[in-house]
Amino acid sequence: MTWEIVVGLETHTQLLTESKIFSGASTAFGAAPNTQASAVDIALPGVLPVLNAKAVEFAIRLGLAIGATIAPRSVFARKNYFYPDLPKGYQISQYELPVVQNGSLKIATEGGEKTIRILRAHLEEDAGKSLHEDFKGMSGIDLNRAGTPLLEIVTEPDMRGAKEAVAYARALHTLVRWIGICDGNMQEGSFRCDANVSVRRPGEPLGTRCEIKNLNSFRFMEQAIEYEARRQVELIEDGGKVVQETRLYDPDRNETRSMRSKEDAQDYRYFPDPDLLPLVIAAAEVERVRATLPELPQAKKERFVGQFGLTPYDAELLTGARESADYFESLVRESGAEAKLCANWQNGELAAALNRDGLEIARSPVPAPSLGALVKRIADGTISGKIAKEVFEAMWRGEGSPDAIIEARGLKQISDSGAIEKLVDEVLAANAKQVEDYRAGKEKAFNSLVGQVMKATKGKANPGQVNEILKKKLAG
Amino acid sequence: MALFSGPFRPLFAPPMSLDLEQIRRIARLARIAVSDEEAAATAGKLNSLLGLIEEMQAVDTSGIEPMSHAMDLVQRLREDKAVEPDRREAFQAIAPAVEDGLYLVPRVVE
Repeated sequence: MTWEIVVGLETHTQLLTESKIFSGASTAFGAAPNTQASAVDIALPGVLPVLNAKAVEFAIRLGLAIGATIAPRSVFARKNYFYPDLPKGYQISQYELPVVQNGSLKIATEGGEKTIRILRAHLEEDAGKSLHEDFKGMSGIDLNRAGTPLLEIVTEPDMRGAKEAVAYARALHTLVRWIGICDGNMQEGSFRCDANVSVRRPGEPLGTRCEIKNLNSFRFMEQAIEYEARRQVELIEDGGKVVQETRLYDPDRNETRSMRSKEDAQDYRYFPDPDLLPLVIAAAEVERVRATLPELPQAKKERFVGQFGLTPYDAELLTGARESADYFESLVRESGAEAKLCANWQNGELAAALNRDGLEIARSPVPAPSLGALVKRIADGTISGKIAKEVFEAMWRGEGSPDAIIEARGLKQISDSGAIEKLVDEVLAANAKQVEDYRAGKEKAFNSLVGQVMKATKGKANPGQVNEILKKKLAG
Repeated sequence: MALFSGPFRPLFAPPMSLDLEQIRRIARLARIAVSDEEAAATAGKLNSLLGLIEEMQAVDTSGIEPMSHAMDLVQRLREDKAVEPDRREAFQAIAPAVEDGLYLVPRVVE
């Protein structure tokens, strides 16, 4: 009998504000310890938090981008727990009235498009960092990160299996960068996911879930969910029961292990924070923010399919990041060529070269107008696709514009039919056996002859023309 | 008047009376050391407070909008500007132990 893996994700996205959510301290990454921790962040007595307008605006942006309700009134609450990197003894978060409620995000799965419901997104502050290296047997605390604004985005348990969970996480990762609220840097912890995983027989009620923390890459997320689901299935099949708990993923051993003992079961005793008044967001403010939103990835993807006739797969790749989609639109405009040809070049040669050199598309040595100029020369028959690859490599190395490279290397396609005919005659004369084979019905012999002609022109002959002339000669 | 509305999970389910085990749990959550004798005395005090809350909960609050703050005002927002200077030296002058700019605390191991 099969098992169904059920996953819900909670994602902490660090918002791209200049200052903290409740204080005017800087959020810049990498400063010397505790130099960006103000009196509010270190919880000196008598201080009051004041909410950052930008953090609220970013929450609204996310809410609108996932088609959610922006709560006209939301409330901040205290989540109480003790840990040295949380100097107040509570984290300011939102509990029963979060700022963003009931949205959704579409993901591409093997079985087609699927909608993942997003229950809520709430604003909260990050904690500091604890360093457990030996400080004379003590722990060191850096509160620079304390008070950094986070938006925690919580889904319903709508994903079935690790692949769907990763597809959702990637789609959300694309979206938050696209709308400019988070830099998505997983190494620096700007985009952190926790996965709630349970297993059940299809059709049965939800099983007991475990929460896996520390998923700081998509690869680890997939591995961790798969491991955890297997662990739960084996446990149940051996007659055991899953205990609801928090587990930590250890990528070195590829396993999850229990993080907190049952004795310390979480009881955060949430209550409304009397230091903060209710957050009221006027409809006009929501509309103001809506007017600043760019065309969203999903809409762009659908337009690329509808307007340009691209496959959903190509469109998905091209809309993986806003920079990539912008590049593509510029490429189509500059080349004046068919969108499909542009997509093949961007997703093929360009993506491979970027990947090889570990570059982001925004830093491509071949910007969209240059690649556009190259694709234009393929489209107008000046060079073949094969020669274009050689030109592209030269452009990548900074050898100049496509036209200059084509000229300098004499790569212009031979479209003079007289010249090609002469070559074809030579090839036919020198390959009597293949000609015989072809006339005897061996199609492969034809390809070999085309190859010989192309070789004789160093790939510069127009392949379409070569085919045509060869066929004519062989028939005659 | 309902001070806390919605799904806030009550720490104590009615009938509101705390046993010693619950007292110890609350003390542990609050990181307060409570001896067995203190626990018994504390239970008496807390249970009398709970009686007061029970009385308040008997008031019919249906139709009254839940309140989340004592003041009928809305939150003012601050412009996103990093304006706070580095005051680490002053703050750490009153810390019991520091090293390399870090606050030192008794070791925490998960």
